Amino acid sequence: MTEASAILALAHRDFIKLLRDRQRMVADFAFPLIFIGILGTSLQAGFGSQAGINLLDYVFTGVLAQTVWQSSALGLISLLADREQDFSQEIFVSPISRYSIILGKILGESLVGLPQALAIIIFGFILQIHIGPDQLARMALAIVVIALFGGAFGVIVLANLSSQRAANQIFPFVLLPQFFLAGIFNPIQNLPLPLDILSHLAPMRYAVDLLRDAYYGSTSPVVLTDAATNVLIIGALFLVFMVIGTFLFVRAERNR
Amino acid sequence: MIRVEDLVKRYKKAETNAVDGISFQVKPGEFFVLLGPNGAGKTTTISILTTTLSPTSGGATIDGSDIVRDASAVRRKVGIIFQRPSLDQNLTAEENVRFHAVLYGIFPYAPTYGLMARGYRAKVEELARLLGIARDIHKPIKTFSGGMRRKLEIMRSLLHDPKVLFLDEPTAGLDVPTRRTLWEHLSEVRRTSGTTVFLTTHYLEEAEEADRICIIDKGKVVSFGTPDDIKRDLVEEYVLIDAADRSALRDELARLGHATSGGAPFKVQLDGHTVHSILRSIETPLSVVKTHTPTLEDAYLEIVSKTSD
Repeated sequence: MTEASAILALAHRDFIKLLRDRQRMVADFAFPLIFIGILGTSLQAGFGSQAGINLLDYVFTGVLAQTVWQSSALGLISLLADREQDFSQEIFVSPISRYSIILGKILGESLVGLPQALAIIIFGFILQIHIGPDQLARMALAIVVIALFGGAFGVIVLANLSSQRAANQIFPFVLLPQFFLAGIFNPIQNLPLPLDILSHLAPMRYAVDLLRDAYYGSTSPVVLTDAATNVLIIGALFLVFMVIGTFLFVRAERNR
Repeated sequence: MIRVEDLVKRYKKAETNAVDGISFQVKPGEFFVLLGPNGAGKTTTISILTTTLSPTSGGATIDGSDIVRDASAVRRKVGIIFQRPSLDQNLTAEENVRFHAVLYGIFPYAPTYGLMARGYRAKVEELARLLGIARDIHKPIKTFSGGMRRKLEIMRSLLHDPKVLFLDEPTAGLDVPTRRTLWEHLSEVRRTSGTTVFLTTHYLEEAEEADRICIIDKGKVVSFGTPDDIKRDLVEEYVLIDAADRSALRDELARLGHATSGGAPFKVQLDGHTVHSILRSIETPLSVVKTHTPTLEDAYLEIVSKTSD
């Protein structure tokens, strides 16, 4: 009970911080809109007919998944910011479990990603991307799973980083390649073997594919794997990232 | 209440131990001060005792709980005011307090103040009244003065009734009037709660009211005891005398039973005598008289500068 309360309090705090940080709100919303609005529309205009699929829909679903996933992954960096602002001391001397602390943080940063997802979907409607009510319901579920998954990925990446600066330098390297390996803009059905292996190793691939499962349906030729398999893989990775990440983070925090 | 045994901490990539085999005990209800210059190992010690840092070797218990094996039990028993304020700048004073209350399992979480338990709201109102911030309790921490933040932190740390309250240089960076009111606030807290207080400081005057003081420097205990013990231990009061006829003076001092050390000029310990009475008892004509009666502060500086050479 105490642990659950504490997890909620931690999550609540992160969400409040977003609401009070106007600049971050604007930046968070602008980036995906530029991606879909400019890249999606121009790709569709240039290559849409050759690819045989609607690239605007394709980029829209890709960017939606990527934004939510990346938002909570990057959000976890605030754990390091807390350390630098000395606030993490207050959290870490409290008697709650270290796993609860990390879980609260993941939940909070996932919540932060949801308004962004909502904005992107509204933008999708404006661009006249067709989203039916059943699609929307499935996508909402997928988005929650993706957000939590992204948070766990953030934990494992920053577990061994000492500062926010280091994190800001490392994250582009672990995120940018995944944009292409996960197939946000580009279909990845026919990748050469080395890239195909890398693509399977990129966690973002499963997040993006799960959202496309929700949008297109698991039987569509656009998706790579069915929803159940994706959820299974994501669940397993979540546990591994979360447990190992927490262990490493706490160890780095205490063994200085 | 606190038992520290042969505690050692060496930071990664460091060549020397930040804390180098210190041992001491703190009794329940005591006002205990860990005194030392910057870099003596005070914050390292406090971080280990509050379980945010692992010791390299040795150990400690707090109220019978081991700081490594029962870290969670220790965390429940201690409150801490960190050297640097650890309030969340983005939250209001009340939200900071609520966060603490929920993390320590005192009250269940609710998303707004109005939805929190009645007991919690009563506590916050009382707290705001004590601090004189009834109107500002729902304002962001950013708008609070340094002294007010410190007081709020102390109040917050006492919410879960800790057995030991750790304060790591709580007055660092505060101006003199603020320091004084904070000090009065702390004595008040001690008087009403009876909590064991463990304070670190590099200001000697802040240690004078302590029940016991432990002075550390370069990670080692230099002196330990009540302020009077420390004074006796540290402050060497003597008079330095010399005479043309040194052997006569030496004989006379021996006959009078004065403790001397070394050769001429002779160092005569006061041992409770006044300088005047010692000089009056000596009949050999003296050529040199020098008195040495330092204050506790002089003595502290002397000890600290000696070890840093």
